[in-house]
Amino acid sequence: MKKSKARSVFIGVCVAPAVILFIIFMLVPTFNIFKMSLYKWGGFSNSKEFIGLNNFKTLLADTKFLRTFQNSILLVVCVTVITISFSLIFAAIISREKIKGENFFRIIFYIPNILSIVIISAIFSAIYDPTNGLLNSVLGIFRGEKDPILWLGDQKIVIFSLVIALVWQAIGYYMVMYMASMASIPASIYESADLEGANHIQQFFSITLPLIWTNIRTTLSFFVISTINLSFQLVKVLTNGGPDGATDVFLSYMYNQAYTNSSYGYGMAIGVVVFLFSFGLAAVISFVTKREPLEF
Amino acid sequence: MKKKNGASVKTLYRAFVYLVLLALAVSIFVPVAWVFLASIKENSEFYGSPWAMPKGFYFQNFIDAFEKANMGEFFLNSVIVTALALAILLVIALPASYVLARYRFFGSKLINTLFMGGLFINVNYIVVPIFLMFVDADTFLRKLGFANGFFLNNIFVLALVYASTALPFTIYLLSGFFITIPKDYEEAAHVDGCGYFRTMVQIMMPMALPSIITVILFNFLSFWNEYIIAMTMLTKDSKTLPVGLMNLTQAQRGAANYGALYAGLVIVMLPTLILYILVQKKLTQGMSLGGLKG
Repeated sequence: MKKSKARSVFIGVCVAPAVILFIIFMLVPTFNIFKMSLYKWGGFSNSKEFIGLNNFKTLLADTKFLRTFQNSILLVVCVTVITISFSLIFAAIISREKIKGENFFRIIFYIPNILSIVIISAIFSAIYDPTNGLLNSVLGIFRGEKDPILWLGDQKIVIFSLVIALVWQAIGYYMVMYMASMASIPASIYESADLEGANHIQQFFSITLPLIWTNIRTTLSFFVISTINLSFQLVKVLTNGGPDGATDVFLSYMYNQAYTNSSYGYGMAIGVVVFLFSFGLAAVISFVTKREPLEF
Repeated sequence: MKKKNGASVKTLYRAFVYLVLLALAVSIFVPVAWVFLASIKENSEFYGSPWAMPKGFYFQNFIDAFEKANMGEFFLNSVIVTALALAILLVIALPASYVLARYRFFGSKLINTLFMGGLFINVNYIVVPIFLMFVDADTFLRKLGFANGFFLNNIFVLALVYASTALPFTIYLLSGFFITIPKDYEEAAHVDGCGYFRTMVQIMMPMALPSIITVILFNFLSFWNEYIIAMTMLTKDSKTLPVGLMNLTQAQRGAANYGALYAGLVIVMLPTLILYILVQKKLTQGMSLGGLKG
């Protein structure tokens, strides 16, 4: 072909920059995480020492890491269950019950999603402030002037304070998304269900859920991964792992090991474990929720 | 079910639904509005009830934020980084996604798979290796005599990192659009003697405009709000807005100057909120693009 050289040049010029940048800033760093996890490395000093899987052995015996594991799992499970189920229910109600002001709710609910995590953290530290916080001053009306609740200072409460913040952040986004996918279900299906005498709750479980199941599956896997990441970003600003490690999550522990503690090799070993764990989790979820896709 | 009873149960149910929805809306709206009100309060007002309305419009907070807390410089940095990263991203991702969607060539399948896999690589993991890569590169440059290094503390390099890490998502979105365009357009252009580049720039890209706008919106939000990479790569005083704000919140816990803090929050939030009000339809509709986020 005559044109074939021009075609190759065109393809090369278009694709090469993207591929090069992708390799430099995404593939190589990802590869490096795995490589560095096999070294004992203090960072700025150049004394890298190959120690095989020793970092991982240390990790298994590291009680602090096990604690971050517990915290992360608790966060991920609570946030995922609450966010996904409530946003599904709300989306179904808004789109099925002919709620007035649907657009108003859509606009308001989406707002947290456009805010930086830094802002969300600042908002929640204003809400959770023990003496002058928005939450305690409202609760004070009912509880009187008893000891204030330390939302971010009490080891037993703090993780649930984070759950609330993460749900607050995510619920509107998923609601809007589920509303979009529910809008594609033909009204005729609901009409015939009405005629058959099925009530709205039955319709929700036997029509709405099965028909948008594919969408729920995808969002579930991505949500778990994004919660692991977002919980890190939130914790980093809001509590920095405190009080006393009660809110340390996977990635904040990794970050602290790498920067504060300057043990890069160990930090990266944590990264590898979290990386594999989160994809394993996503794969398990995707496998467990597998159903035959339904057509309208 | 008795008819009368059924009707009143139904009203009760609807009232309950509205109540719950309104409660959720209030829980989102009130804290955000509160930050705006707090930003014009005087410092002494923060020691009373948080629900008290501001006594006046205390604009000094914003002046403090800009002058004492360096928000002006941070704002400029954020604008430059965001704009530059968007420009780089579009220039690189548009041709790539067009070609990857429309042409089959040696390795095209592999490249497509790589970018799809890239969707799962999160910046929170790779930020440490990228940082170390830059440390190494700077040490090398210093040996060659460039005393200041180049890669760390450089907002242009930061923009390049932003653009690169946004590539998989952007290419996924744009090629998803290009695939849907019928081949006839290109064939017609080809018959008329239009070359590859002109076909792409003058025929295909204008058609992709709605998708391009969606891409710009999503990436604007993520670049403007990003702070983990910025915090790691900019180690000196010159920061981006979210990082500067984060330092301010942490400094605030010691020395109480709440006014300037909330003014800083408003400065970060305002551009995104204005943009959101302008394009909220577009943004909430772009949502059906699949559950990709964060």
